Amino acid sequence: MGVLDKLTILSDAAKYDVACTSSGVERKGEAGSLGNTLKGGICHSFSADGRCIALLKVLLSNACVYDCNYCVNRRSNDVKRATFIPTELAELMIGFYRRNYIEGLFLSSAVVKNPDYTCEQMIETLSLIRNHYRFRGYIHVKAIPGADDRLLTALGLLADRMSINLELPSHDSLKLLAPDKSRESILQPMGKIKLGINENKTDIVRYRNAPKFVPAGQSTQMIIGATPETDYQIINLSAALYKKYDLKRVFYSAYMPVVESRNLPALDTKPQLLREHRLYQADWLLRFYHFDAAELLDEKNPNFNPLIDPKCNWALNNYDEFPIEVNTAPYETLLRVPGLGVKSAEKIMRARRLTTLDFDDLKKMGVVLKRAQYFLTCKGRAMLGLPNNPESILWGLLSQRSAEMARSAEQLSIFHMDSNGEELVKCLTGQI
Amino acid sequence: MSYRTDIAYLYDGTFHGLLCCVHESYYKKELPFAIYNYEEEQETLFTPKEILTDPDVAGRVETSIVNKISKDALQLVYLCFLSSMKGRELAILHFLRLGYKVGSPVIDMLTHDAVAKVTNAVRNVQGEAHVYKGFLRFSEFDGALAAVFEPKNFILPIVAPHFCDRMPDEHFLIYDKTHKHAFIQQNGEKSLIPIDNLELPEACTEEKMYRELWKRFYDTIAIEGRKNPKLRMGNLPKRFWSHLTEFTETKTTM
Repeated sequence: MGVLDKLTILSDAAKYDVACTSSGVERKGEAGSLGNTLKGGICHSFSADGRCIALLKVLLSNACVYDCNYCVNRRSNDVKRATFIPTELAELMIGFYRRNYIEGLFLSSAVVKNPDYTCEQMIETLSLIRNHYRFRGYIHVKAIPGADDRLLTALGLLADRMSINLELPSHDSLKLLAPDKSRESILQPMGKIKLGINENKTDIVRYRNAPKFVPAGQSTQMIIGATPETDYQIINLSAALYKKYDLKRVFYSAYMPVVESRNLPALDTKPQLLREHRLYQADWLLRFYHFDAAELLDEKNPNFNPLIDPKCNWALNNYDEFPIEVNTAPYETLLRVPGLGVKSAEKIMRARRLTTLDFDDLKKMGVVLKRAQYFLTCKGRAMLGLPNNPESILWGLLSQRSAEMARSAEQLSIFHMDSNGEELVKCLTGQI
Repeated sequence: MSYRTDIAYLYDGTFHGLLCCVHESYYKKELPFAIYNYEEEQETLFTPKEILTDPDVAGRVETSIVNKISKDALQLVYLCFLSSMKGRELAILHFLRLGYKVGSPVIDMLTHDAVAKVTNAVRNVQGEAHVYKGFLRFSEFDGALAAVFEPKNFILPIVAPHFCDRMPDEHFLIYDKTHKHAFIQQNGEKSLIPIDNLELPEACTEEKMYRELWKRFYDTIAIEGRKNPKLRMGNLPKRFWSHLTEFTETKTTM
């Protein structure tokens, strides 16, 4: 089989892995070597589904010995199988990198023969890339659960980021859909990677040239919508993963029905893309905006509002904390204002040291007020002509699409409306 | 003494030339209503005053910006100079005049018109420079790499060092078709030179093979059930497509 066919089969099989980020580590280039990395990562293209392409994302092989229900590569599925020879993949990847098609490699694999053998093949590929081609760019590698610790360590020393997919958000779902994997078999190596990173950090303090073990940290992903977990359960799980395992990222993947199984949603099920989007927004709030999972959802309101983003939703439910004064609010409070991001908040902090800001100033500085305007005062004054109760603000915040959704919901009488729409609003803001 | 404002400057279009305009404005107590470069259409009935570029004068202005305002201000002004914003020269002059008055805090005066103008232009330049670090595409010709792109801003001086760091041992050329300049790294020598036109030879078989492999990867990696043309267009607007390998036609060779 030629390289073109292998690439087709093995990138097709890898595309459901969401992570394509090349961020988390800054490494300068060096004479005699090829490549560098940037802390923030670089996107090289965007595919037809609108997702960023930064890495050559492939499996080393899709000839799997396991039979996980939800997976296209499961043993019992009738698909074409292919396996890269390490030299073949290394050459292809370097050829892509020199042409600036990619920022590096994302290497995963089905379990060929057994976990140790698979891991050895991956190590051989990465050694070629790092040592023969002297590549200093980005490598993301999937840990193979069940492989020997020694091999996992060797793999981690060649990669910038390592990940193990949690696959499904609960123990029961995993048992149902991935009988060959257990929560423990996933969490255990995750713990080992964390340990490896920490040990390595003290080594580096001791020996300046100690090789780095996954310097860009570890990440994971889980499938959303194949099983009945609520957003509340999922976001709590993420918060725990960030805390317990020091994960850099948790990725969410709306379930795409690719195989038929009595345990899975029907093949014509639409992927829950909006839900996935809301989970990412909430994930951002956890990582960059100092929110706790418990502030965003609770057992009574276990799912995100499809109509508005989690931050707006939180702000409307906690409207007694608003409006806040742009000129005096602390940085952390500015970050909690819907529509204000890290950059806007920083700009406000810089500018207000020298002058007292009003709404026109904010506009001039490039702060987008579309959502923020409802939650701010400048010099004690709110923007003229805007409503000041959460019910009316909600209608102002709805995007055109959301407003249409809300109206059609009204027609379907999912929400029981009284004359001023109060009930609907309560549903939307999660008060019911 | 009041400033003379019924005057326009004409300079050579270089950064040093612009710094000499700044010097002239102070030295002669003039506040030009426009600063043109040689290639621009002049929208004035006046004959603009020609400002000659003197490297010594430019150097002195540079030092004074660093000493009296800040190093960051000089960097900001340089990046603004690379932008395609109309009237960028005048914006820079206004920014510097304010800077000489208030000192280093000027870069945080984001609500001041002169500062907002410069800052916005710089944001645009940096944004474009960042995306082109990813969107630039090289082809290999006899072991050397060549890339052509058409940026709005003159970002070659910012983008090139990134590739020098990334590929220290490669011979490569990056051609900016908009501003007709090329950056070349060869045998460790680096140069930025004006080139009116660049014709690249036909791609060899291996090069065509890589293009086809890349296109195949690009098409395969998208998930059919998540197709989203609007999202792609937002992230990767059409203006980039003409120089991206994944969107150009190649003949099948395999």
